[in-house]
Amino acid sequence: MKVKVYVKLKDTVLDPQGEAILQSAKRNGYDFIEDVRVGKVFELEVSDTDNLEGKVKQLCDKLLANPIIEEYSIKMGE
Amino acid sequence: MKAGVVVFPGSNCDHDCYHVLKHVLEIDTVFLWHKDKELKDVDFIVLPGGFSYGDYLRCGAIASQSEIIESVIDFAEKGGLVLGICNGFQILTETGLLPGALLRNRDLKFICKDVNLVVSNVNTPFTKFYSSGEVIKIPIAHMDGNYFIDEPGLADLIENEQIVFRYCNDTGETLDDANPNGSIDNIAGIINKKGNVLGMMPHPERCAEEILGNTDGIHIFNSVKKFLKGGI
Repeated sequence: MKVKVYVKLKDTVLDPQGEAILQSAKRNGYDFIEDVRVGKVFELEVSDTDNLEGKVKQLCDKLLANPIIEEYSIKMGE
Repeated sequence: MKAGVVVFPGSNCDHDCYHVLKHVLEIDTVFLWHKDKELKDVDFIVLPGGFSYGDYLRCGAIASQSEIIESVIDFAEKGGLVLGICNGFQILTETGLLPGALLRNRDLKFICKDVNLVVSNVNTPFTKFYSSGEVIKIPIAHMDGNYFIDEPGLADLIENEQIVFRYCNDTGETLDDANPNGSIDNIAGIINKKGNVLGMMPHPERCAEEILGNTDGIHIFNSVKKFLKGGI
């Protein structure tokens, strides 16, 4: 099965990449866009295991996200 | 004394550091491979600049999980001297040996140029050869050098005098204009509370010889050498 992990910078951290994309979008006339935040998606192909969600959380805290600057969410299964 | 330079896949300033330590300062120096756990009895470890593991994921994140890092953390916790330069600084924050994190540069550009730094803490094993408030010139070359820490963390750094280098202008003023990458409080380098782990974005190994036209960086390595020999 698949597990998806979404990681992005915390809202309190400046995201210059999102800022640059926002400016470009506005220049192209997409005035309705008020803010852009850029993140990453990890698609994990996993085998069923005990406490899978707990283990994925652990992986996020240890490797996939840096809790000082980033936050993450996990979507289990497909 | 013996120095060790850790080599990760993607390190590209490892030989520069080795050269300065071995040939300029004539210190017994060895390379340490990222898959090794053995530190070869070194007294000083350098995590060099470069792009460890291609900087995939986040800068320094994968290196912070490499096999040698457990030994480096153990070495640092026992009081061993560790210097992280550029990618090495990023690795030190990812391991938690230093607080905060390095973000993408404010203007999203890779910056490679000489910058002025003001030395704000000379009471460390790495900076004894500088004078307090001295302005030095050291090159930077990075994409992710924008130092970030939350407000309580910054207050903590200031209170404990952990900020060692700040970006400044020619006269030592830490103005916004002199901040190349958006780092909070113009921070270019910090030390841990215990005072044995220094991380900095500028490259002192690139300005440590007369032939390069700038020797402002040599004093960091010299300070370490004298410190370990009990000279200072």
